[in-house]
Amino acid sequence: MAISREKLAEVYDTKTHQLTLVQAITDGLSIMLKEDEKVLLLGEDIGKNGGVFRATDGLQEQFGEGRVIDTPLSEAGIIGTSIGMAINGFKPVAEMQFLGFIYPAYEQIMTHVSRIRMRTMGHYTVPMVIRAPYGAGIRAPEVHSDSVEALFTHMPGIKVVCPSSPYDAKGLLIAAIEDPDPVLFLESMRIYRSTRGEVPKEKYTVKIGKGRKLKDGDDVTLITWGAMVPVVMKAAQQAEKQGMKCDVIDLRTLYPIDKDIIAESIQRTGRAVIVHEAHETGGLGNDIVSIINDTSFLYMKSPIERVTGFDVPVPFFALEEHYLPTPQRVFKAIEKVMHF
Amino acid sequence: MKLEFPIFQIINEEGQLTDEKYKERMTEDLVKKFYYNMVRIRTFDRKAISLQRQGRLGTYAPFEGQEASQVGSALALEKDDWVFPTYRDHGATLTFGANMARTYLYWNGRVEGCVPEEGKKIFPPAVPIATQLPHAAGAAMAEQRKGTKNAAIAYFGDGATSEGDFHEGLNFASVFQAPVIFFNQNNGFAISVPIEKQMNSKTVAQKAIAYDMPSIRVDGNDVFAVYFQTREGLDRARNGGGPTLIEAITWRYGAHTTADDPTKYRNQSDSDKIREAQDPLLRVECYMKRNNLWDEEWVAKMIGEVTSEIEQAIKEMEAFPKPNVNDLFDYVFEKPVWPITKQKEQYFQLNGRED
Repeated sequence: MAISREKLAEVYDTKTHQLTLVQAITDGLSIMLKEDEKVLLLGEDIGKNGGVFRATDGLQEQFGEGRVIDTPLSEAGIIGTSIGMAINGFKPVAEMQFLGFIYPAYEQIMTHVSRIRMRTMGHYTVPMVIRAPYGAGIRAPEVHSDSVEALFTHMPGIKVVCPSSPYDAKGLLIAAIEDPDPVLFLESMRIYRSTRGEVPKEKYTVKIGKGRKLKDGDDVTLITWGAMVPVVMKAAQQAEKQGMKCDVIDLRTLYPIDKDIIAESIQRTGRAVIVHEAHETGGLGNDIVSIINDTSFLYMKSPIERVTGFDVPVPFFALEEHYLPTPQRVFKAIEKVMHF
Repeated sequence: MKLEFPIFQIINEEGQLTDEKYKERMTEDLVKKFYYNMVRIRTFDRKAISLQRQGRLGTYAPFEGQEASQVGSALALEKDDWVFPTYRDHGATLTFGANMARTYLYWNGRVEGCVPEEGKKIFPPAVPIATQLPHAAGAAMAEQRKGTKNAAIAYFGDGATSEGDFHEGLNFASVFQAPVIFFNQNNGFAISVPIEKQMNSKTVAQKAIAYDMPSIRVDGNDVFAVYFQTREGLDRARNGGGPTLIEAITWRYGAHTTADDPTKYRNQSDSDKIREAQDPLLRVECYMKRNNLWDEEWVAKMIGEVTSEIEQAIKEMEAFPKPNVNDLFDYVFEKPVWPITKQKEQYFQLNGRED
């Protein structure tokens, strides 16, 4: 019986392990709980149950109820008490069960989390992380599938990150916990377990504010993040077969966006397709268009294309595949900018 | 419910002792401390309104009438406790040790007014109603984890009890038995909406039953009642007994803020009658006179000290260096992010640097 390459790596290379994205998050949380006694986890069902996605599996058993805290079903309460703990010396990592459930806490985030440093001139700070699974495509019940990163990138005073690989998930999570400012950490449910990737066992960080190049090409720049990364990669491969070479950027951080990686690429390709699953109007794609406008206007060979979710509420799952950007829609956009 | 939550009182409207139990602890020092602090914050408050009228302060939220609630509760705290006030609780924060010049600065639109004195755990006033209640629960949960005996107090009004954050804060504190005093000043009005339209419940205190939390209604114009009941709640909290809800029934004499006209929604002559009958300062004055503690010389000297302290604070507020535009950009994150850096540069390119 053949042993898979992954299994071999796990047996022989003790420095890394093969993890899914959600396992990489558990790994990062565990390392930080071990390393820093100020780190606390709060959330609904995160203790005994290990979280509805098992992101905190086994952590309460290992670190105790005092540090992995099963809270009441109370999003504003979770964020509000996390603020109280954060200004009093702790580093809370609060889990929102789904990003679509974050709205009761929006006031706490907008009026306190994001502005406490500014309104006390740095006397009080909120070094906390808010983790939230987001996005459609897993046939979840309604309201479980929202992708509202733009509500938070518009909010001054909070960073927003969104990894698409197990390696980035662990590294960005640790960077977020160590960050002196609040970070919203978006986790794509669609790729929680879709693939495994090699993840160092030790502690490492991925810098917040830096994108990553997934593929090099000189014809068109594809810009995306999170759950849309595999969709965009499929479209890029299809385009490649027809001779259109794609530069693919995974932004990884949604605020502050890595403008340099975008400018460098656009100034080579002169063409851009931006892909996100959130609604088009007021979506982050528009900010990326602005960055391209500000940095690279005179390099453009065609208008920028956006492939996004529609300006409709994220639908019940029977229609979600029609709502979400598909490789086909992305491919069409690539063709359009190529043939302008 | 009003019968189940009788209003606790130690001295009545005439300044007569109605509960002998506390007599021994009502020392001359304590009585004078109460009276001094109430005079001090009332003078501060009246001065703030006058400064606003002269255009020397922005919109201001007065608390006159609520002095007993604020002084009694704040004096019950220990120095390492946490205070989570609203914008109408400067009486409490000043009594707890907030800097007066900076308190005026806050109402002059200056963020410096939110920066507490070193070592004073005072959170900036909560403007979004009831949002500070979960903060108090969280700060108290942090103290539990540190193994201290410190507690937190959250101030809020009657309108705040209609907000979700009121319930979420109380529930968290109750579930985790966090050392918190939820100190409600029920002054009968949330801007223009009277308590009868705010809640069908007959009391605020009864809301604690749902959280299996001790609660009490106190005469919020009786500084002794407020002080001793807050002490009791704090003692319980420090010894692992969890949170307490205190409903202090009081009255705001003036407007919601200097931008509002209370005659539109209530009869101010009724308000004046309440004032004549219930005034918290007058009541202590009567008590002092009855008990031969009233010393004209001490009062005159004290008022002189308070006046000069306030004049000094106003001078300091007005002499404060003018706002630095860098502060607009520099405190959003610990390390600047490029969009803010870019915007800051653009601002200075257009306007030039002042420094």
